[in-house]
Amino acid sequence: MNAADKKRLLREMLFARRFEERCYEAYVERKIGGFLHLYPGEEACVHGVMEAARPGVDYVITGYRDHVHALKCGADPKAVMAELYGKESGSSKGRGGSMHIFDVKHRFMGGYALVGGPFPLAVGMAKGIKLKGGDEISICFLGDAANNQGTFHESMNMAAIWELPVLFVTENNLYGIGTRIDRSTAVQDQYKRTCGYNIPSAQADGQDIDQVYEAAKIAVDHVRSGQGPYMLELMTYRYRGHSMSDSNAYRSKDEEQMWGKRDPITILRNRLIEAGEMTDIDYQQLDKEIIESIERDIIAFCEASAEPDVAELERYVLAENDPWVKGGVA
Amino acid sequence: MAEIMYWEAIRRAHDEEMARDPLVICMGEDIGIAGGTYKATQGLYDKYGPERVIDTPISENSYTGLGIGASFVGVRPIIEIMSVNFAWLATDQIVNSAAKVRYMSGGQLEAPVVIRSPGGTAHQLGAQHSARMEKVFMGIAGLRVVTPSNPRQAYGLIKSAVRCNDPVFINEHELMYNMKGEVPDEEYFHPLEGSEVARKGRDITLFGYNVSVHWCLQAAETLAKKHGIDCEVVDLYALNPLDRVGIRESVSKTHRALIAEEAEPAVGVGAEVMALINEECFFELDAPPVRVSAANVPIPYNHGLEKAAIPNAGAVVQAVLKIVGKV
Repeated sequence: MNAADKKRLLREMLFARRFEERCYEAYVERKIGGFLHLYPGEEACVHGVMEAARPGVDYVITGYRDHVHALKCGADPKAVMAELYGKESGSSKGRGGSMHIFDVKHRFMGGYALVGGPFPLAVGMAKGIKLKGGDEISICFLGDAANNQGTFHESMNMAAIWELPVLFVTENNLYGIGTRIDRSTAVQDQYKRTCGYNIPSAQADGQDIDQVYEAAKIAVDHVRSGQGPYMLELMTYRYRGHSMSDSNAYRSKDEEQMWGKRDPITILRNRLIEAGEMTDIDYQQLDKEIIESIERDIIAFCEASAEPDVAELERYVLAENDPWVKGGVA
Repeated sequence: MAEIMYWEAIRRAHDEEMARDPLVICMGEDIGIAGGTYKATQGLYDKYGPERVIDTPISENSYTGLGIGASFVGVRPIIEIMSVNFAWLATDQIVNSAAKVRYMSGGQLEAPVVIRSPGGTAHQLGAQHSARMEKVFMGIAGLRVVTPSNPRQAYGLIKSAVRCNDPVFINEHELMYNMKGEVPDEEYFHPLEGSEVARKGRDITLFGYNVSVHWCLQAAETLAKKHGIDCEVVDLYALNPLDRVGIRESVSKTHRALIAEEAEPAVGVGAEVMALINEECFFELDAPPVRVSAANVPIPYNHGLEKAAIPNAGAVVQAVLKIVGKV
């Protein structure tokens, strides 16, 4: 990555951070309802991996902590935030909410709120890619806790026997909701768990985007070159509780402070400053611009957007005007 | 019009759709080299190869999810679940992914998968191989449920389901794979919604689906011959959505209704059809609607007990005689 790429990534990650923090505020203001799972602390994971892949071309699927993944794939931040507001202008027209962001145009194939559910869907997309003969890959981002579901093992097995182009990215933030990994998981190094399926894997520092990018390049090249699936484990940490209803009382202040010192945005910023690519004043200015733009462009858009029409409650359940429903009669 | 067996009709639908579109695939346990437990995919592995006729591991939930994921990128999978008893394992992917994805994506993504599975009670297979799940799936918004009662329907429903953009669950029956029936020689697409009048009558409507249509038809013959009761038999081949109009029309004509189902009564097809009749044709009725359902037991192994657990044509006859006041 050259300096321009890194500066762009810093901007994207900072945007993601401020976007998520603004979500938190909007939730407290009761503009956003339901569950809200935020990503601060983990930004280097999706940005580093997708930098090595092809956002908008490769198929991406994930769990419920999905806003930033959608943004990195190319989703319009206005539509993502509007979805959290439940507005008709939202990316899923207000029918999905925080946990179900979709942007199929950019091949962001969705956030799914059942832990482990996306594994087989990702493998299926890879099967489809292989059948159609494309050089896209399927990328599945899920947390470490998802790896304890049966779908993890069943999907690894099928991905391996059919050598499908799928990259599994484990964002290991050490917690499944409030249960620390050593209390839920026999083998804590997640990358070791794919040995049983002959799937190559690696572990990388998920707080350092350079390291994520380097590891992801190897992983993406492996999958895209037709050598079958790969699993990349990224060691990371979420700053907030699992969701807004999580008081986060199960973690020690020491642990939080330790991870706070390894902030992915600070690491990248300092690296750019040390390299003489930017100054702290540049960074402050960038931050200010981002915060202002979120308020001016995104929040204002959401506030002005219409609620979904209740008359359309039953739309999108089944296909509209599908001739085969009537036996091929249009 | 040739007479072929139910399994042959299913196989023909697979073959034609796979020949037409290289993105139609089929997948399931033993469906490839072995040709399927009920021969529904016999010979297709040799014809279309392992990339399109896929023997899956015994991992029902995940291979069903795999088919759904493949449908997200344009593939048209026909997923066979060897027995609906195993489809319980796959309910997560069928319900949470296939049925909901169109809605929760605001219409952006759809899951055009066909999931075929035989259900029902066959011959002494015991509780864990005798399940009937149609009543579970018919209650799921976003999932079409159809249940063919003859080879023609089996063939035509699969053909339409493969091309339809919704997920379709096709409930077959283990006892019906060797049943013979006429199937059009030319290509035929059966509607995925509606019902069929299998026998016209004046005095009472007998609603059935899948195997229970045959109990109703048999009962109708007995009732006509021995008791002079003229039964209409309506085949509810589509369980979701149900044919409200067809049900209303027939009940409005006969003023009496019976629903025969192979499953336990609670929260079942019969319960749903009765509720619908109550909502839509209460003032047309000359007698309360009745259901003929299974006993509320896990299906027993013993032959005599098994027979006693499941309704049949005789049970339908008895119930009809009660409704019309002859016993």
